[in-house]
Amino acid sequence: MSADSVSVTGWGRTAPTNARLIRPRTHEETAAAVRDGGARGSIARGLGRAYGDSAQNAGGCVLDMTALDQVHSIDSYAGTVVCDAGVSLHRLIEVLLPLGWFVPVTPGTRYVTVGGAIGADIHGRDHHGSGSFSRHVSSLELLTADGSVRTVERGTELFDATAGGMGLTGIVLTATVELTQVRTSLMTVDTERASDLDDLMARLTAGDHQYRYSVAWIDLLARGTSMGRSVLRRGDHAPVDALPARARREPLVYRPRRLPSAPALVPERLLGRGSVGLYNELRYRRAPRARTGELQKLSTFFHPLDGVPHWSRAAGRSGIVPYQFVVPYGQEEALRRIVGRLSERGCPSVRAVLKRFGEGDPGWLSFPVPGWSLALDLPARMSGLAAFLDELDTEVAEAGGRVYLAKDARLRPELLATMYPRLDAFRALRAHLDPRGVFTSDLARRLAL
Amino acid sequence: MKDAFGTPQSLLVLGGSSEIALATARRLIARRTRTVWLAGRPSPALEAAAEGLRALGADTRTVAFDALDTESHAEVLGKVFAEGDIDLVLLAFGVLGDQDRDEADPLAAVRVAQTNYTGAVSAGLICGTALQAQGHGSLVVLSSVAGERARRADFIYGSSKAGLDAFTQGLGDALHVSGVHVMVVRPGFVRSRMTAGRPDAPLATTPEAVATAIELGLRRRSETVWVPGTLRLVMSALRHTPRALFRRLPV
Repeated sequence: MSADSVSVTGWGRTAPTNARLIRPRTHEETAAAVRDGGARGSIARGLGRAYGDSAQNAGGCVLDMTALDQVHSIDSYAGTVVCDAGVSLHRLIEVLLPLGWFVPVTPGTRYVTVGGAIGADIHGRDHHGSGSFSRHVSSLELLTADGSVRTVERGTELFDATAGGMGLTGIVLTATVELTQVRTSLMTVDTERASDLDDLMARLTAGDHQYRYSVAWIDLLARGTSMGRSVLRRGDHAPVDALPARARREPLVYRPRRLPSAPALVPERLLGRGSVGLYNELRYRRAPRARTGELQKLSTFFHPLDGVPHWSRAAGRSGIVPYQFVVPYGQEEALRRIVGRLSERGCPSVRAVLKRFGEGDPGWLSFPVPGWSLALDLPARMSGLAAFLDELDTEVAEAGGRVYLAKDARLRPELLATMYPRLDAFRALRAHLDPRGVFTSDLARRLAL
Repeated sequence: MKDAFGTPQSLLVLGGSSEIALATARRLIARRTRTVWLAGRPSPALEAAAEGLRALGADTRTVAFDALDTESHAEVLGKVFAEGDIDLVLLAFGVLGDQDRDEADPLAAVRVAQTNYTGAVSAGLICGTALQAQGHGSLVVLSSVAGERARRADFIYGSSKAGLDAFTQGLGDALHVSGVHVMVVRPGFVRSRMTAGRPDAPLATTPEAVATAIELGLRRRSETVWVPGTLRLVMSALRHTPRALFRRLPV
């Protein structure tokens, strides 16, 4: 280790560690980098959108995979694409949308790579119908610890360990992804307000099946009778005849808006209880009580924050601690309790998203299980936050739920096996496939994955 | 690995029977720390301290370490680091000495200087290099306000801490680009065994308060921590007091 080591953090910008950052340009260079990775191993990294320490490897080697960014082939009849793992969803959308295809699943940002999407087995607003990203991957090429490249088909053990495996089974080199057909690049969006948490859950339960995409923003600072008040946004890809005459000429045009970056230094207290409370109040009141059929750009509907590069800087120097958990259906009481505690404590989370998940995904460490998922971002400097989140973990685990590893930077390792019952199988497979620990990360060390 | 709040999972204490260090260890065990190494001169007190931490649920091991025996540091500490990553090294050893006696007995004074300064230089460099190879970790060094400006009443101890303080700051800058966090902790008068029998100085504090400040400093990745925080202002004023006046102050 010498001057060539650089500081690496996740999107939340907490817990930086140093590693050698290598940017391989070919599959051979990737294999060579892994072979020469040294005693502290290697881990693949994409666009660094995972909040926690999953794409960090202190003292070891971090492989920046974004130079492997070729889209190899598109089958525009069957709707599949074969591409390198370093290709971002942004690039895929740019390439595929004019052909009438869209990525099967997109999270709240399109700046994630295909490799990262598989490693974290990301989910999106269509999870209740479509499941997680890996369900739409039919096969992938995986560089494993012995230096060989294996073709891994969906449905095999290695595939299920790799989907959601946080990059610890090997490095995904290419993937075949099944796409979603669209007619236009616009969305028809229905918006409604829910006056409290129960109202919200009732509306989501009653109406989600009518929409492909569904998500609700919660005002976590609202208390008392309006606790859990929220704005639901649900929609679908717009058919051509829903478009105004002018837009029909170019139905698949894709021009996302881009604003200037967030400044590098933001005062720590910008996102406090007062400012976020005011923002939440305005956001709730500005939302229409009920509106149907609004046309929105894809980027506005799916990726509102991608317009501002480096938005996570807005939390200031100490960074963001995200928290996302899911509790199974039937545990609504636990969700109510947790939302109650968050609002009682006054957690200034600008983003707080409630989503109903569909069927669980086959990945051994995949996050989604059928139930209610709540995601929020908290400023790391909040006092007493560490102990508070530990208490929430206990509630989540007792309710049979789990927290999302791609957003974790702080979970108590003891709880992991309770939350992820397939953990032992995952550990056994890793011990067999990678006995020397060629692939490891800060997350793997912290949680003994 | 440290978590998002800078809380370590493994801890190495140099000076394993230090009250401040043990108070810090107890606090960190209540959070995430599961592995503790107590390095110190073998003694019943060290074993009792380890037993106390075990009772709190930490896997605690002791290791024979003598600050004065700098020749052995590389081997002793190398073994500890070979067993696994250390997230936090707490350099807590030090002796107060007895100013009046030490002034009359230069050899005793040299022992104070060697323990507090030379021993820490050796251990600090070895731990710094090991942490650098890990690519992560914190080195927390217990300095003292006494090192900020030498006083008539304890300049032997004070000068050794002044050297330690300056060394730590430099080491922190040297390791800054390597991902290792180095933090200087400057407590005021701490009520403990080491100061037993002495009258309280103004702004006296406790080992528990120092432990709290260390935990907060780890979360913020601070480089300098004063305990209590007001000492920062007080010492800033004292540092700029002219010698002729400072000499007459009852501090």
